[in-house]
Amino acid sequence: MTMEVSAEAKRVMVQALSKLYSSRTQRGGLRLHRSLLLTLVLRSARDIYHSARAVAEDQGPLGAPAAEPQQRPAEEAMETSGAPEEIPVPTLEEPATRRESKDDKENESPAGAERQCRKRRGKTAAEPDFLPSKRARLDPGSERLPGRSGPGSCRGFRATLAPLAVSQAIAAF
Amino acid sequence: MKKLDGLRHESRCNRLATTLCACPNVTPDATEQRSKTAFRPAEGFCVAKEAAGTRVEGADGEAGLRRGGTAMAGGNDFQWCFSQVKGAIDEDVAEADIISTVEFNYSGELLATGDKGGRVVIFQREQESKNRPHSRGEYNVYSTFQSHEPEFDYLKSLEIEEKINKIRWLPQQNAAHFLLSTNDKTIKLWKISERDKRAEGYNLKDEDGRLRDPFRITSLRVPVLMPMDLMVEASPRRIFANAHTYHINSISVNSDHETYLSADDLRINLWHLEITDRSFNIVDIKPANMEELTEVITAAECHPHQCNVFVYSSSKGTIRLCDMRAAALCDRHTKFFEEPEDPSSRSFFSEIISSISDVKFSHSGRYMMTRDYLSVKVWDLNMENRPVETYQVHEYLRSKLCSLYENDCIFDKFECCWNGSDGAIMTGSYNNFFRMFDRNSRRDITLEASRESSKPRAMLKPRKVCAGGKRKKDEISVDSLDFNKKILHTAWHPKENVIAVAATNNLYIFQDKIN
Repeated sequence: MTMEVSAEAKRVMVQALSKLYSSRTQRGGLRLHRSLLLTLVLRSARDIYHSARAVAEDQGPLGAPAAEPQQRPAEEAMETSGAPEEIPVPTLEEPATRRESKDDKENESPAGAERQCRKRRGKTAAEPDFLPSKRARLDPGSERLPGRSGPGSCRGFRATLAPLAVSQAIAAF
Repeated sequence: MKKLDGLRHESRCNRLATTLCACPNVTPDATEQRSKTAFRPAEGFCVAKEAAGTRVEGADGEAGLRRGGTAMAGGNDFQWCFSQVKGAIDEDVAEADIISTVEFNYSGELLATGDKGGRVVIFQREQESKNRPHSRGEYNVYSTFQSHEPEFDYLKSLEIEEKINKIRWLPQQNAAHFLLSTNDKTIKLWKISERDKRAEGYNLKDEDGRLRDPFRITSLRVPVLMPMDLMVEASPRRIFANAHTYHINSISVNSDHETYLSADDLRINLWHLEITDRSFNIVDIKPANMEELTEVITAAECHPHQCNVFVYSSSKGTIRLCDMRAAALCDRHTKFFEEPEDPSSRSFFSEIISSISDVKFSHSGRYMMTRDYLSVKVWDLNMENRPVETYQVHEYLRSKLCSLYENDCIFDKFECCWNGSDGAIMTGSYNNFFRMFDRNSRRDITLEASRESSKPRAMLKPRKVCAGGKRKKDEISVDSLDFNKKILHTAWHPKENVIAVAATNNLYIFQDKIN
């Protein structure tokens, strides 16, 4: 039951993100009402997803391995859908990324990471959204995976910021 | 055609081979068709459902629909018949032809439509004549003009759509007709006037317009007015621009006939019809930090009689009534209408489906009606904590919300309208269905705007949707509904039982059949 709930929550989240991003290229500009509704759906689905996952983890190690592979595609989808090139969201995330890396000077790998991040945004370099990424990424709200740095951490920031950047996107509008 | 994941589209031929109901109030008509199978009288009898018109708990709404309770609409048990259909027939619909608003004027003589291409088409009702008693006031094209053009906002690099969001008529004060039409950013006041005379016999120019040689003018004459073919002209008299940062969703003419309000997602402005370079901002719900935005304005309307009162609805399903006498800025409401949410029906999409898409005062001014995704609610202005009536429009969609979210239908904004006496309300649905609710008898009816039932004065057969389980012969299953055929805009004649229903690019006009 929890699996279904979290799976559906993932689906809802992924669709909300893709709808948000595609609405930016729509004629007439960004529709505030629609974007707001999608953001609300995204947030509530994210909360439900995390609470469902928390319940699954509480249920013991038996639940965990099954949960793991399921949650990855969703997060990867969340990230890869954060990659699309034509959307200003990456530019919004960039200042935030820079901000975060300023605070975390020790782990900062400035030029290399950002250059690689920018490169990934290019049209030719963009991977299809539905393919799972082989790269490490940060799970929002849970532990950092050890030993990953550079492009990994950059993409991790993106995953964390994807939901926040949505509200920033609305703010920008 | 977009197909829903897992849902099929039923072939059209199934719908034609259905039985007509044998309603007791109807005399057999030569245009009726009987199918080869026997018709079932029980199907056609009017059954008052307990579920209709009252607060529905859980799945009762669906069961009520399946129980075969199709009923007559309207307080007088009249029958809706097809009258006219306007628009192209071919399946390939140009997006510019999609009708985006429908509005009768105050007398009902004129019917205006706006479309996505920025055009306004006005129909005028023919006077009933003794020569043709059967054509009871047909609507024919009176004027067509391009109201709005696509524009480009260079600062934001955004295209401004020319789609007409709303048309509102002004009360008629002289021979000309005035209406307000708006797109996302600009409101225009149009004057529609008739010209049936032309001045002839000018002194300085010939009949064909050439200037006459002054030396050849030996006598003066007074020009006389000669009749000419009727010409209807539409000219923009005022353009109210640059007052809205966000997309305009509503305009409403005030009962003082001098002012009107326009509402976008976050602000409401009050205008004077004569003044275009200034408007007063009367509601502003924009938060200081846009990241804290939780709700937007979805519709607004002036009270029909009290020129100081207006309401606006929000995406959270609440309505605020404001009194302009209280303060210059009406951010603090006078009344706040909200129904407590039913926690058992909570889902991922609760916020989306509770967003109000339309709000309309009753003609009396005592009630107002709101439309959200699945229901229509009637509120008494004196009671803020819950509506007095709730009508389920298509409760069978509640279990399909996930698919409707996937194909974006869950964001569709349906409108609603009152009839002239406030005894009935109407709203649209999918599959070109529209619903009518009789407030007195609590009966409801589902009708379809389709080409198949478009024979002159053909009676409309009540439709039924089967929510689940065994589908009866006349019923349509939820999975067969065509979600591309949505009726978002409907209008009811202010005095008579004539309705206009916009189905994508076609405008259907239905009238009741008396005798």
